[in-house]
This record gives sequence, C-alpha cells and structure tokens, in this order.
Amino acid sequence: MAISTNIWIWIAALLTLAIYSFLYKDNPFYKFAEYLLVGISIGYGVSIYWHNTIITKVYNPLVHEKDFLVIIPLILGLLMFSRFFKSYSHLSRMPIAFIVGAGTGLSIPSSFEFLFKQVQGTMPASLDVGNLIIIVGVITTLVYFFFSMEHKGFVGKVSRIGITFIMIAFGAAFGYTIMARISLLIGRIQFLLSDWLGIIK
Amino acid sequence: MKKNLVLLLISLLFIMLNAFGQDRAAEPMLPDSNAITSETVYLGNILILSDIPNDGGGGIEIDWELNDSLNNYYITIVRREGRTKKIVASDLLASSKQVRDVNSDEDMSNVKDGTEYFYTAILSKYAVSQQILDYLVCDSIDLNTRTIADGYQVYLISDESGPVKAKASWFNPERLTVFVSAIIISFIFLLYLQFARNGKKLYIRKINGLDAVEEAVGRSTEMGKPIMYILGIGYVTDIPTIAGLTILGRVAKKVAEYKTKILVPSYDPVVMTTAQEVVKEAFTEAGRPDIYNKNDIMYITQDQFGYAAGVDGMMIREKPGAVFLQGLFFAESLILAETGHSIGAIQIAGTTETAQLPFFVAACDYTLIGEEMMAASVYLQKDPLMLGSIAAEDIMKVIIIIIIIIGFILGILGIGLHIEFFNKIFNLLIEIL
Repeated sequence: MAISTNIWIWIAALLTLAIYSFLYKDNPFYKFAEYLLVGISIGYGVSIYWHNTIITKVYNPLVHEKDFLVIIPLILGLLMFSRFFKSYSHLSRMPIAFIVGAGTGLSIPSSFEFLFKQVQGTMPASLDVGNLIIIVGVITTLVYFFFSMEHKGFVGKVSRIGITFIMIAFGAAFGYTIMARISLLIGRIQFLLSDWLGIIK
Repeated sequence: MKKNLVLLLISLLFIMLNAFGQDRAAEPMLPDSNAITSETVYLGNILILSDIPNDGGGGIEIDWELNDSLNNYYITIVRREGRTKKIVASDLLASSKQVRDVNSDEDMSNVKDGTEYFYTAILSKYAVSQQILDYLVCDSIDLNTRTIADGYQVYLISDESGPVKAKASWFNPERLTVFVSAIIISFIFLLYLQFARNGKKLYIRKINGLDAVEEAVGRSTEMGKPIMYILGIGYVTDIPTIAGLTILGRVAKKVAEYKTKILVPSYDPVVMTTAQEVVKEAFTEAGRPDIYNKNDIMYITQDQFGYAAGVDGMMIREKPGAVFLQGLFFAESLILAETGHSIGAIQIAGTTETAQLPFFVAACDYTLIGEEMMAASVYLQKDPLMLGSIAAEDIMKVIIIIIIIIGFILGILGIGLHIEFFNKIFNLLIEIL
C-alpha cells in the first residue's frame, strides 16, 4: 500500500469524496465542491469565450484580415448588453430573434435528411421475423404519436402496441446506459483505491 | 597574468562553441544524400485537386492515385500559397486516398476563396518527425527535388500540383429532394391552417403529463414551495430547448395566476435571457407583472456536471414542490431527476433524447416522450391555428407510413429498389417538369 504523495491527486480524491457525500445529504463539503466546480467552470468558460470567440472570430478578422462583415454579428452581440439599460432593454430581443429564427431554419434541412435516412433504414430488403418486427414497431410507434385523433378502437389498440415497443426500447436503453455509468463509477473507485490510496494495482 | 589569459581564451572558446551549437540546432535538418537508396522512385504528379462541390466555400479536396503496393506508406501534404507553406495533413495512410483542406472554427481563414494554392505530397515508409515537418515548411527547401532523407528514412516528393481555388456554391443540388419535400410539407401545413381558419373543428388527444401541470403548480402553491423549471443543457437553437421555452410560457402563466414563485436555473446565457423574456411576458399576460423577479431566472454555468451539481444543490436547499425538466438533456438527466424525486417534488419531464427518456420514465411522475413535448404548447393553449399544424403533422406521418409500406413490399418482392426507386421517380418528375 503506497498512498500518493502527489498534491493534485489528493485534491482530486478529496473533491471526489466531497461530491459523493451528497449521497448521504447536503453538507458543507458538498457545498464547497459544488461552488468550486461552478466557479471554476464559469472562469474557464469566460477564458474559452475570450480566446475562441472574441479574439478568433472578432478581433483577428477585424484587425488583421480587415473583414468588416464581422461588424454585423458584433453589433448583434453588443445589443445583448442593452438589457443593462432599462429604456433600451427591448433591443436585446433582436439578436435573440435572429438566433432562434436562424437556428430553427437551419435545423429544418438536416431534420429532413435525418427523417429520409430513418425511412430508408426502415425498408428492409427481405421478409424475415426481425424485419417484420422493425416494420410493425415503426408503424405502431408512429400511430402512438397521432395527436389529432382519439386513441380508441383500432387506433387505440395499434397505439398501445406502439407504446409497448417504445417501453421495450427504453428498457434496453436504460440497461445499456446504466452499464456505461457503472463503468464510470468503477473508473472513479479505481482512482481512489489505486492512484490515491494505492490499495490496488 | 599568463594564467588569466589562458583562462580567458578557454572561456571565449567555450562560448563560441556553445553559440555555434545553438545555431546548428536552430537550422532545419538538411537531407543526408548518402541515405538515398535504390528504393527511390519518381512519384510524379499524383495529386488531383478540386474545389469541394456544393459547399459554402473555404474547402479544397485533395485526392491521390498511388500504386496499391504503397498503401501502407504514410503521406504528408504541404500547401503553398506564394512563398508561404503549410502542412495540411501528416501521417495519413496512403490508402485513405483523400484529404480535405478546409476552414475550421479555430481557423476560419485557413483556405481563402479565390486564392491560388499549390499542393505537394511527401511519401514515407514511417511516420514523419516534427523536425522534417518543420524542414518541409521552411523557406530554404526546394520541393522540386524528388527526394530528401534524414539518415533514418527516405522521403519521396511528388511534383507540385495546382493551382486550385476554393469557391462557395449558391445551391446544393444534392439537397433538391429536401427542398421539394419542404414545399410539399409547407403546402400541407398551409392547407390545414386554412381549414382551421375556416372553422373546421380540430381535435387533440389527451396528454397525461400536461394535464398534471395545473395540479403540480397548485400543489406547490398550497405547500408554499417554489416551482423549479429546468431547461437542460441545450442552446436556444435546439428544437427541444425552444419547445421547453414554449411550455415554460404556459407554466409561468399558471404560476403567476397562483401568485407563486418560479426558479429557472439556466445553462446558457442566451437561453437565460430568452427565459426571462418568456416568463416576464407570461406574468404580464396573467396580469401580474409586479410579482415577476428576473433574478429567479439565473445563470449557473456552461459546464455539464457543474450545472448538474449547482441545480442539485439548489433543489435540496429550495425544496421546490414541482420540478419541470423540459428541454435537451444528456448524462445529467438522471442526476437531476433522482434529486427531484428524493425531495418529494412532482416531476414532469420531457425531452427528445431517446437515451435519456428511460431515466425520466423511471424517476419522474409524468414524461412527455419526444413529439408529445412539441405538441405540448398546442395542448396547453388549444389555439385553433396551432391545432391545424398538429393535424398537418399527422398527415405527414400517414404519408411516411405509406412510403415505408410501399418500400417494404417492393423490397420483399425482390425489386430491391427501396429509396433509389423513389429517387428515380423523383428525378423523372423533375425532368418532366
């Protein structure tokens, strides 16, 4: 057994235990780790924004490459600060409207392409049990998402089959994701027992 | 005196040697001509350069043709613009046959539209060292030589190819199908909006999770506890976040009517600003702008688990009576839902992320699955025009079911045309039109 003498491993281990202490109840150690994590991530985020956005996408194109088109998004960005002035705060709605409108519009073609790929993937080339399950599953699931008709009678029965397929898929996804989370937990426990305490090799 | 002079001379000699050594280290490594072996072959002009078609500019495609026997060799691509050289790619396996020189978020002006670029390929048996990479881009190197060597291996240099220019395309013909589909879908939507305007009665089925909104807000008010509305870690450009913001408007209106408090911890500053606007408008609509407090809609952090830790801590301390999880969620979904469950809050969740929905189903009282979340705003508002859009969506689903069934029948009949069959019909229609 060789306990680590590296100060950073000690800090990481104690912070890990502080976060895990939340499993018992809220306590000062968790609060300290929580505030530290939130504070550091904000500071890190600001530096990332400064270098990757302000410098790379605004300062360099404007000053070094004389690309004056950058002024348009720059003005839109600056309008966000109008929220700090009560009489001009309505101006901040302009960049928000632009982002929401452009984002929604840009996502439409990619959503369509995704839909086409899904439709293509649902058309199997041969008739076997697996393919039949896929076809029945997709169609009944789509029927479950019919909103403009009451789920009674034939539609009700089909939609019930659809929700059964959905729940089976969720069960499989749940198990799969839990396995991934367990492996993350194992990684952390290995860190504590191996890198920190040196109990296991 | 003599002793001092000797010492001074030795010191000077040492300093000179040291400086000479440093100069040598700063020089790029020169090729060792003795290392060139009989394996040396003439590569010739192997690169095929072209502008990447149907893109927004700033991209050049580099393909190469090499004998299959060289597939396990490494290829390095050097770009020249005037006298400036740059390594575009290194240590690529020759079998990859292609690389793209494109702009990235970090370097938006890597490839400029309209600028003439020349490219050279360097082939080597083993991965290229950093010293050779530095040597390849230094001013003094003449890439017209067919080979260089560093005593470790021989590098074969191709003829320089080019010039090639990048340019942006106005249209992407590969997305014509998407364009025509968008027109058809828009037509169906407009048709149903017209039906709704003409007074056609449109129906929307019961969505259990949304019927519980009033119950959740009412229960929190009775208990004297606030409501927490979590929009997840999406941006304002993500569709689930937009759907979450729409539902927030309806929930905030109920909150204002009940004169209770709503807390909205946000992951993104723009989402926070939008949420402030949405809640403010909802409170005004409910006739209670006086109880709106913009500090209740606060920014936490843009770090996924920092956000989860912050929201969890807030949940434990504020003990909300109802927790709404509506938006885009990833690995933090169960951490949030489990904490909400542990404090005994009514939880109504909704997301389109299929990997996270099982956790919400397991830990929350009600879950809006995928499109139920999109239909939520219509359900809560029951605006006839919006009901028209829901009916149009259902028509689209019927069309998709028909296409799947036709494709399936064609598939099992052995025609095997699938989507290509529809593409052919579509292209034929375009030609006829």
